[in-house]
Amino acid sequence: MGGRVLLIEDEPNIIEAIRFILSRDGWAVDVHSDGATALDAVTARAPDLVILDVMLPNRSGYDILADLRASEATEALPVLMLTARGQKKDREMAERYGASRFMTKPFSNSEVLSSVRELVGS
Amino acid sequence: MPKSALTGSRIRERRIDLGLKQARLAEQCGISPSYLNLIEHNRRRIGGKLLVDLAEALEVEPVSLSEGADIALLDALRSAADRAGTVGAEAARSEELAGRFPGWARLIAAQERRILSLERTVETLNDRLTHDPFLSASLHDVLSTVTAIHSASAILADDEEIDPEWQARFHRNIFEDSERLTEASRALVNYLDAGADAERGASAPQEELEGWLEDTGFHMPDLERALPPAIETIVQGADALSSASSRALAALHLARYRQEAERMPLKDMLAAVEEVGLEPALLAQRFTVDLPSVFRRLASLPEVEGKGRIGLVICDASGTLTFQKSTDGFPMPRFGAACPLLPLYQALGRPMSPVRQVVEQPGRTPRRFLTYAISQPAHPQGFDGPTVFEASMLILPDDRVAIPGERPVPVGTSCRICPRRSCAARREPSILADPA
Repeated sequence: MGGRVLLIEDEPNIIEAIRFILSRDGWAVDVHSDGATALDAVTARAPDLVILDVMLPNRSGYDILADLRASEATEALPVLMLTARGQKKDREMAERYGASRFMTKPFSNSEVLSSVRELVGS
Repeated sequence: MPKSALTGSRIRERRIDLGLKQARLAEQCGISPSYLNLIEHNRRRIGGKLLVDLAEALEVEPVSLSEGADIALLDALRSAADRAGTVGAEAARSEELAGRFPGWARLIAAQERRILSLERTVETLNDRLTHDPFLSASLHDVLSTVTAIHSASAILADDEEIDPEWQARFHRNIFEDSERLTEASRALVNYLDAGADAERGASAPQEELEGWLEDTGFHMPDLERALPPAIETIVQGADALSSASSRALAALHLARYRQEAERMPLKDMLAAVEEVGLEPALLAQRFTVDLPSVFRRLASLPEVEGKGRIGLVICDASGTLTFQKSTDGFPMPRFGAACPLLPLYQALGRPMSPVRQVVEQPGRTPRRFLTYAISQPAHPQGFDGPTVFEASMLILPDDRVAIPGERPVPVGTSCRICPRRSCAARREPSILADPA
């Protein structure tokens, strides 16, 4: 297994932990932390999967996801959404916007790893 | 069949308590046992001499057999029945309950008010958790930090062969994040503590204000004086105003009260009322003020012993009641929408056109009131800002004014507990089984 993951997240220590567990599993991990320029980062990095936090500086993860789904180039790109809000309505919103999977903080490392493997494998 | 089950049930109750046979009581009062039976089962209305005779035979005051439960109590019982929904309370027999078991009825009403108050508290706290930007950001911060600690510690725990440099880095991260978590938790607790203190019980500020005004009879002698104390002093001295919001509302209310007391001094106002009666338009002309000012001033006059008090309700353009001073026999809903036929709402629909309307509240003995209402626009931010409407309705009971003989508008409290089933303005079915 291996491939390119773009992690769009602004918490440095979460970035470091996710980068570590994915890198160790053979994934190339790029990081981007600004919501406003996240779409440019997706275009530039052309990842196999995006891990996208909902609460980002300057732009919401939902808005970024909506744009990804509206573009022919990224409409099928696997997106794993991360959020600190785990209510049913948040999950529904993530589904409505087209998230491939939705994960609530705090999550386990193994959950992240298995999700990435499954989403890219599928 | 008369709808009131009260008098007959009370007679029966009292007779049984005394161990009197129906035939014996009937004989004492000079009526047939079958007629007494009809009375006791509320199939015949009684009054006058027969009521007095029955009361004498039963060794009670006539009024204790005939007086009705107060409308506010009945409304509270019906509201409780409505909200209980599927429990199947006999809402149509609430009057009988209030008559036969007044203590239990008051208990139900008190619990209903308590439940409503607690529900509002929950709603307020829920709103706060959902919409408060500080709380939202703080909780996000806490969860993100917990996630970082959780991930880093899991890496250290699960992987024994981790490179020492990475090991040191994750240890440092855990330490930094635990410090962040400590700070975030402390800030959150301080914030919640401060909030709890500022809005004790999260009860509605408007309710607190009205509760306080109720205790003062809506009349503030201090503000009638030529040199009144500072409004801030009065507000700070009011223990019933526990939250900053209710104190702010009280300050606004008292400032307007004082302004109107200056324009319509108590002595002059009482003299004017004596001369022209409770006629808002004439009073407005006399003091060169607008109608809502007169409404508010009349509602703030000292109560007249033995007479019904003057009621006042005010709403904003959404129809939300922003102020209410109730008057006996004219209940208004504490929460939720009121009767759409109230002149208050008629006035809201046609701003600047005063409405004078006789209305009738349902009940065993329907009561009529004379109401005056008007809606006025205001531009608190100038013409560039939004137009803000406020409607006011003055409620005058029949022992304060002569009610004109015109056909009254049949009104109620709110649809769910209103017995007027065929009302053209009905929003939803009534829970009351029988129409009045």
